[in-house]
Amino acid sequence: MGFNLYDFTTFTHNLHIWFLENMSPGLATTVEWVIVGVLYIAFVALLGLFLIWAERRVCAIFQQRLGPNRVGPFGLIQTIADFIKLMMKEIVTPRKVDKYLYNLAPYIVICCLFLTLGAIPFAPGLQGLDFDIGVFYLSAVSSISVIGILLAGWSSNNKYSLIGGIRSGAQIISYELSVAMSLITMVILAGTMSFSGIVEGQRDLWFIFKGHIPAVIAFVVFLIAGTAETNRGPFDLPEAESELTAGFHTEYSGIKFALFYLAEFLNMFVVSAVAATVFLGGWMPLHFGGFEGFNHVMDMIPPFVWFFLKSFGLVFVLMWFKWTFPRLRVDQILTLEWKYLLPINLFNILLMATVVLTKFHF
Amino acid sequence: MSEIKEIFITSDKIKTDDYVINMGPQHPSTHGVLRLLIKLEGEIVLNVEPHIGYIHSGIEKMCESLAYNQIVHLTDRMDYLSAHMNNEAVCLCVENALQIEVPDRVKYIRTIMDELMRISSHQLWWSAYGMDMGATTCFFYGLRDREYILDIFEDTFGARLTLNYNTPGGVMFDIKPDFQKKVKDFIKYFRNKLPEYDQLLSGNIIFTERTKGVGILSLEDTIAYGVTGPSGRAAGFSCDVRKHHPYSAYPFVKFEEMLDTTGDTYARYTCRIREMWESMNIIEQLIDNIPEGDYALKMKGVVKLPEGQYYQRVETSKGDFGVFIESDGKKNPYRVKFRSPGFSNMFALNKMAKGLKIADLVAIMGALDLVMPDIDR
Repeated sequence: MGFNLYDFTTFTHNLHIWFLENMSPGLATTVEWVIVGVLYIAFVALLGLFLIWAERRVCAIFQQRLGPNRVGPFGLIQTIADFIKLMMKEIVTPRKVDKYLYNLAPYIVICCLFLTLGAIPFAPGLQGLDFDIGVFYLSAVSSISVIGILLAGWSSNNKYSLIGGIRSGAQIISYELSVAMSLITMVILAGTMSFSGIVEGQRDLWFIFKGHIPAVIAFVVFLIAGTAETNRGPFDLPEAESELTAGFHTEYSGIKFALFYLAEFLNMFVVSAVAATVFLGGWMPLHFGGFEGFNHVMDMIPPFVWFFLKSFGLVFVLMWFKWTFPRLRVDQILTLEWKYLLPINLFNILLMATVVLTKFHF
Repeated sequence: MSEIKEIFITSDKIKTDDYVINMGPQHPSTHGVLRLLIKLEGEIVLNVEPHIGYIHSGIEKMCESLAYNQIVHLTDRMDYLSAHMNNEAVCLCVENALQIEVPDRVKYIRTIMDELMRISSHQLWWSAYGMDMGATTCFFYGLRDREYILDIFEDTFGARLTLNYNTPGGVMFDIKPDFQKKVKDFIKYFRNKLPEYDQLLSGNIIFTERTKGVGILSLEDTIAYGVTGPSGRAAGFSCDVRKHHPYSAYPFVKFEEMLDTTGDTYARYTCRIREMWESMNIIEQLIDNIPEGDYALKMKGVVKLPEGQYYQRVETSKGDFGVFIESDGKKNPYRVKFRSPGFSNMFALNKMAKGLKIADLVAIMGALDLVMPDIDR
């Protein structure tokens, strides 16, 4: 079937032809959709389990203690045990909640997550949706999660949840601007909005090196805005445990809470995956223009290993922020965005445009 | 149609109410069982009303049916983070009433224990404060260092927190031979670790932005509300009982009172950190010079104070702790009253938090270092 660890395009192409030969086109498409859907669900589940375990071990290291290390080797089965517990928990729905919205909120957040994951290239040929406007699609679709959070805060019939939901809504809407603008900066450098095009364009040098100063500024801004988008790290006021008990998801228990929790971790992964794709080359190994021998050595590592190494590296950096810094107050969060990040972004776009037009890059 | 127009135009037809939320007795960041009724307008706090009494145990009433050396053990449980200092206050009050002078050895031991307890109380305060601010790692760093002090306590006295070491006339048993070495080792260790606290929290711009200029209490208000301890010294109120009315071995040591002028949360924070450094200096001055002697005076089995009213003040880690004993000559006191520093500190909260946001309220409460059993008794 042409299964090549380094390039999945031949494999998927052959699989597609095999389907078309053996069944009608409509059925073939449906079967392909089902397979891709199941693969994504499995991926999300496994990755969620792994990330939650990693967070607990990483935060334990920062706090000079061991994390989970009893259940399974190195505590790997801990998260599975936690999820089994969460699924068996009684789902306590408070009285007088708006039942339809209350039940809808976690699903909106999860759906938004799947939509964003679909656009990210994991390896050559391993990408759910390859639009020409990939970056634009991603920014648009990641904005849907704010609806889920606002609904959760409102429908819970709880003053704390309402405060948490509204804070979160204000925060996410503000930081979407920064995220989108730092991505636009890199689109200017890349010349294309499609993710596969962006990754291909980094074949001779990653964008973060290619675009030197404006790219580094955009990278830092993207990481800050990305953590704020996912309500993580120093921007986790909406779920500030020490003030509002648990913010917008106070009233959710059992599987619904598990969905919010999973969505938070996987959104963090999406932010690092997008940063890895746009700034650090995605699945492209580290190549330096003229050094053929070096490039050849780097090519030996399969592309999907590169991708996951970069993404998990950035995930580690994001976890590092969260466990070191105190929390920002909500007006400070908004001040940071509107008074500092936005002007920096605008200036950066100009700078990058100048750099590209004058060809002052590597 | 016209009725609808009427409702929208004349707004006194729409009934409005204040948005009151309850930072209830069970809450992760009110340190202990405190109920705060917060009147909000959006995110701005209009009024904070503390409701206390959830952990009222009737300690003062219980003291009326106990002998004087039994009262000491109840005071442990009030401000449990400075248990030794509370005990010392009662013992000093009884000793002054009986006009007896304890041996120097007792004074030195009591002061060293006071300062160790002060350090451990401030460490726990710092851990909880960092955690309230969101930097959860602070919790583990502070408690890790506090374990060393608690180990010293456990080896010497058998208890980690509520020591039950003081008794009117002296202390219950002598210190062990390796006590001095252990304390010196701890001080050496902690001098290296305390700068880490500054690196992690004090220097962080997020933290300074959240605490500078927040919760300002002017000097006049500080004196008017009776806010003592590091919270009061942050505004410039020179109220250190160790300096103004020295007791135990404090006349023998040289130390500075940590004052600041701004009166905001950051000043309260730095005053406590500087107090930790100063406590280590005090211990170092005393630890090598503990005089030989008895560890307690011989007291009668049943202690009876002469008739009259006696008062003794002590500087705990929270502030000025006072014990008032009124005796009518019998073996139980007639009335015991404790002046708790937390009580006065807490009721300045409304003044400090008006017009600020909920997140600021949490920052202010953390810096005041409230311990509810101290407030409720």
